[in-house]
Amino acid sequence: MPKLIRNGEIVDDHWSVLKEATGPEVLTTVPGKNFIAPLKFWKFYGNELQDYYGEKALWLDSDEDVNDIGDLLNDMPIIALNFPVFSDGRAYSKARELREKFGYQGEIRAIGDVLRDQIYFMSRCGFDAFALRHDQDAEACLQAFNDFHTGYQASVVEPTPLFRRR
Amino acid sequence: MYVYDQYDHQMLADRVAQFRDQTNRFLDGKLSDSEFLPLRLQNGLYVQRLAPMLRIAVPYGMLSAKQLRKLGLIAREFDKGYGHFTTRQNIQFNWPALEDVPDILAHLAEVEMHAIQTSGNCIRNTTTDQFAGVAVDELEDARPYCEIIRQWSTFHPEFAFLPRKFKIAVCGTKIDQAATQVHDIGIYLTKNAAGEVGFRILAGGGLGRTPVIGVEIFDFVEKAHLLTALEAIMRVYNREGRRDNKYKARIKILVKETGVEAFREKVMHEWAQVKNGAQTLTDDEINRCKSFFTAPDYAALEDNPAALSDPLGSDALFASWVDQNVTPHKQPGYAIVTVCLKETGVAPGDVTDTQLDHIADLAEEFSYGEVRVTHHQNVVLADVRQDQLYTLWKKLNQQSLASDNLGLLTDMICCPGGDYCALANAKSIPIAESIQREFPDINELKQLGNIRINISGCMNACGHHHVGNIGILGVDKKGEEFYQVSLGGSSQHEASLGKIIGPSFSQEEIPAVVHKLIEVFKANRHGDEEFLSTYQRIGIEPFKEKVYAKAD
Repeated sequence: MPKLIRNGEIVDDHWSVLKEATGPEVLTTVPGKNFIAPLKFWKFYGNELQDYYGEKALWLDSDEDVNDIGDLLNDMPIIALNFPVFSDGRAYSKARELREKFGYQGEIRAIGDVLRDQIYFMSRCGFDAFALRHDQDAEACLQAFNDFHTGYQASVVEPTPLFRRR
Repeated sequence: MYVYDQYDHQMLADRVAQFRDQTNRFLDGKLSDSEFLPLRLQNGLYVQRLAPMLRIAVPYGMLSAKQLRKLGLIAREFDKGYGHFTTRQNIQFNWPALEDVPDILAHLAEVEMHAIQTSGNCIRNTTTDQFAGVAVDELEDARPYCEIIRQWSTFHPEFAFLPRKFKIAVCGTKIDQAATQVHDIGIYLTKNAAGEVGFRILAGGGLGRTPVIGVEIFDFVEKAHLLTALEAIMRVYNREGRRDNKYKARIKILVKETGVEAFREKVMHEWAQVKNGAQTLTDDEINRCKSFFTAPDYAALEDNPAALSDPLGSDALFASWVDQNVTPHKQPGYAIVTVCLKETGVAPGDVTDTQLDHIADLAEEFSYGEVRVTHHQNVVLADVRQDQLYTLWKKLNQQSLASDNLGLLTDMICCPGGDYCALANAKSIPIAESIQREFPDINELKQLGNIRINISGCMNACGHHHVGNIGILGVDKKGEEFYQVSLGGSSQHEASLGKIIGPSFSQEEIPAVVHKLIEVFKANRHGDEEFLSTYQRIGIEPFKEKVYAKAD
């Protein structure tokens, strides 16, 4: 079973990420599985998903807008944000918007090109789960949370900026 | 000058440890080239033609004597004995070994310095006027706000992977010496109708391939809301800036493609969400940062003491240097000295390890132990007593630091170019030198007045060629180096972008071309008009005609 870092611990990942090109028939092939489906899938096959008895969540690609999630946000256990390449920084803003603008309390999961050296920044922006790229050493990635003792800015994990704590 | 507390020190120590680990993993083959690339760039480390290049941050150009000596040590022990001041008020070393870089960073951390975010697609070093705090025409010292922005932008988790690099400048003076309008964000200290000081904020300026002058996004932002306003602009840019094409990824393209009105609306919408949030600045924080930039303990002195006026009358070389390199100070009896690093035969902006040590000594002896680096690649001693100028000049002379060509044609901005830089299309240092050799007579140069020649070895425009009165850009034509010449650029308050005069020239032709441009200027000049004014009055045609005239 693939490994996941969630809330600072290595855990088994029970979720499958549906790729964009998948059709609704996928829901019948593996009944009971937990799916993270793309936003477009939710828009096209919302009804089929509602009827599906496994757990389901949603993922957003880097060129999609968090505002388009709309009411779906309310009962999503996970919003996954995709990094098509690690150097595409759009998901950092999305995570902060989900936490700070929409007050989203569920899991925000980084998926795609998720590497050790970006985890610290991701966590400060509100990501709390990391589906690491297959070649990443999960144990080594745990150290990323301690890359810095503190940061200057207000962030999701430290909502008070340093200048108010000095 | 800003002094680190335990938090700042811890942050640097964490960074050094982090980069040491990253470098080790890279050398062990656990990090690929492409994965290590942004990590090393955000530590100022480029892999260049001959060796790696390390760019060290000099926040808004301020350096202490202690820091200068450390830079001298790095030049000596890890480089070939010299460093290079850049147009971002930073300093770079061209010969360090990759495996030494973590040790260099550890050395730097000892003196509160680093290479954080001096490259890469993140917020770069914030720059300002080199005369901040001592200029006569200043509304308020910009440096406390630069420091506030420095801290906010350092390791900002949301903006570490922007579409492209991002540069911010702050200006508090009437005469803009910071090229503020050609920055991704340009900030002017300004007064509103009620007399309160706040900020006017522009966005979307920049040089590079598509030079653009920034447009006003906020006409007035209260001090408390500076960071939230910046955060709003940054978020719109991070979310919507183009990532499909490196050459269209700067914020200037986003502003243009979105339209200024629509862009402003998006920023205002974003601002409404974050305004009054935790990032809202407190008076305590503003005052804390201001407390590091208070005026030194000036002596009560008169202007023009005999110790200055006597040697001015008797020593023509000294008088020439004072005339060119010394600027009025807001405090009576004091002067601002700019050490011009543009001696003919030396690459513009280069300093040796012994010169660095020497400047440190002079800073301690004559200017409260501090200097500033200018974006024209020179060094400023900001608080020199007028009665000590003569002694200072003599000591500068001993180290070949008394070049009296500040602001003149030979005081060129020049990038490292093809001699060092892997991005360059053409060399730029030899071009600068060939022009300097074409104009050897200081008296003639002085008669020509202020002329800014800026040279870049490629489209990335590190040498700011677009805003040179005469701009020279190296281009590659079928594997050969050619140079495109433009006229009429300026980075002063009424910023303007140069116009290309016509087909490009070979390296050998350039000195004669500049000579012809100057002849046209001399023939058309009214009184002691500056080159730029003459150009603006007569237009580009007379210059074109002369330069491209067929020989009879």
